[in-house]
Amino acid sequence: MELCDLSAVELYRLLRERKTSAVEILQSTLERIGEVEGRMGALENTDLTEEDRQKVHAFITLTDERALEQARRVDERLASGEDPGVLAGIPVSIKDIFCVRGTPSTAASRILANFIAPYTATPVERLEQAGALLVGKVNLDEFTYGSSNESSAFKPTPRNPWDPSRVPGGSSGGSAASVAAGESVLSLGTDTAGSIRQPASFCGVVGLKPTYGRVSRYGLIAFASSLDCPGPLAKDVSGAAMMLQVIAGADPRDSTTATVPVPDYLAELEKGVKGLRIGLSPDYFRITYPTPDGGFEQQPVPAEIEQAVRRAADLLRQMGAEIIEDVPMPNTRYGIPAYFVISRVEAASNLHRYDGVKYGYRTPQPVADLREMYRKTRAEGFGIQPKLRILMGMYVSAAQYSARYYQRALRVRTLIRRDFEQAFDPNGPYRLDALLTPTTPTTAFEMDAVYGDSVLMQYADQLTVPANHAGVPGLSIPAGLDARGLPIGIQLLGADFSEDILLRIGRAYELATEGEAWRSARPRVLA
Amino acid sequence: MTDEITPELFAHLVELAALELDAQEAGYLRRQLNYQLKAIHELEAIPLDDDTPVTSHGVAYTPEISQPPRADEWQPYPAPQDILAQAPEVDEGYIVVPETPTTPLE
Repeated sequence: MELCDLSAVELYRLLRERKTSAVEILQSTLERIGEVEGRMGALENTDLTEEDRQKVHAFITLTDERALEQARRVDERLASGEDPGVLAGIPVSIKDIFCVRGTPSTAASRILANFIAPYTATPVERLEQAGALLVGKVNLDEFTYGSSNESSAFKPTPRNPWDPSRVPGGSSGGSAASVAAGESVLSLGTDTAGSIRQPASFCGVVGLKPTYGRVSRYGLIAFASSLDCPGPLAKDVSGAAMMLQVIAGADPRDSTTATVPVPDYLAELEKGVKGLRIGLSPDYFRITYPTPDGGFEQQPVPAEIEQAVRRAADLLRQMGAEIIEDVPMPNTRYGIPAYFVISRVEAASNLHRYDGVKYGYRTPQPVADLREMYRKTRAEGFGIQPKLRILMGMYVSAAQYSARYYQRALRVRTLIRRDFEQAFDPNGPYRLDALLTPTTPTTAFEMDAVYGDSVLMQYADQLTVPANHAGVPGLSIPAGLDARGLPIGIQLLGADFSEDILLRIGRAYELATEGEAWRSARPRVLA
Repeated sequence: MTDEITPELFAHLVELAALELDAQEAGYLRRQLNYQLKAIHELEAIPLDDDTPVTSHGVAYTPEISQPPRADEWQPYPAPQDILAQAPEVDEGYIVVPETPTTPLE
């Protein structure tokens, strides 16, 4: 076990006991990157070698010199008796959808490949102020549009450290892969339909989508502004709690952040689950998806995923939680169709700013006028997934179709929100503190197996997207391995701003399973 | 079954979106749009009361949890040359663009 394999809490303790230094932690992390990373993502799309197929490829940009400077500063502050910050000496990777001053901030798109951010996103600024070591910017689906990380313009795209022939999930695939492989201890991701929780589940790490408004979006390159949430990916629940503690809270530069006080997440963490009411819903144990002929099919989630959830419920019951069965969440299945509309409208609006005028890519071809420059720039700069979202967004928001599609989707979102309000209503029939569900309908799928089928890919988020529509927080935690040795994730959903309760439940589950054999299994790239 | 997005409608959307597509891209994108619309049509079967309001984002911005608007104060950026350096073409501090199409007024 190397320093880079330890959790944020373990490193916090070692550093303060002066048993290691921030520079040593960073060196261990950079050595691991050297061992497992392989080629970093780049625009030159060369053929994959056999070696490429065994590597992780989580990063687009390494910021090792910046991290070394930060590590030296942490060690100096420790030596002089100063408090170096909650995350002092902890290596952190940043999804390359956040602006970080002086770094390429690409959104994994050709259209922003040459963009050097002139300012730093608030969550990143807070991480650096807390002493975190920013080791680099990690790959993602282009503009976050995907659930496998395969749509990135920067190749090779990330691979799953547990089985590099499989996807790490997406869109925060580089974040999840970097944490699973020990290339960073924490990572900052974003979640619009499940983009933190789904890759966390696929890569066997912890991922937390906070309540909408809990974490500032200032400096986040926008996808769907009513859904986007920055949040942590971590090796364990304590790490996610430490990171949320630092990045949460109101930000004058993002008027959508809430003024709700940020609790002491770590102080709450070990309080156990006695007396908490945790629900199970049949609507989260089946998936509904469309077939190409216009019909729909319904299937139960795979047995080993359902068993992982039910076993977690049994363990939590043994620890004093009350398990409430058959909680109705009838509008869960409408999350994806509503998302197809709402997210595309918002994406199309946000993507109109990329026009080759003020920053980013501009076509080098001769053009007759400004309009032709726009068309050629956007045609050459955007990949196929942004183009698909722009076109759909324009169609469903057009004046003659808006009532049928966009306005209706926003009203269906109301129904999804009501499901959660009823489940968590303290005076209602269920009075839940949390809902326990699978995170994903499958474990990590093979690369190239789904990519290109934009409908099937979107349905990978069926169990995560309702929380984005409703704005409520969701936590994905590892809960074992399937028959192929791939991680299974389970999800806890809670009422607005109840991250402290979700983290408590997650921590209790970790403690209950800490001696189990699957906990000591390691990703294949580390074998 | 007729495609909802016909080639003609698709071409109009591409024009509005300020895109240019080759034939392979256009074929893929139109096929996927129609496929996605089949999924979206599931929304039409959901019974909605007339008074069901829209939810523009999940967590309501109530006065109790919202920030007051920040002061409308100009804050100079310390290094404007860094921002201008991002522009594809500049001339003495101005961003240069190709000829802007115009239509003479009658």
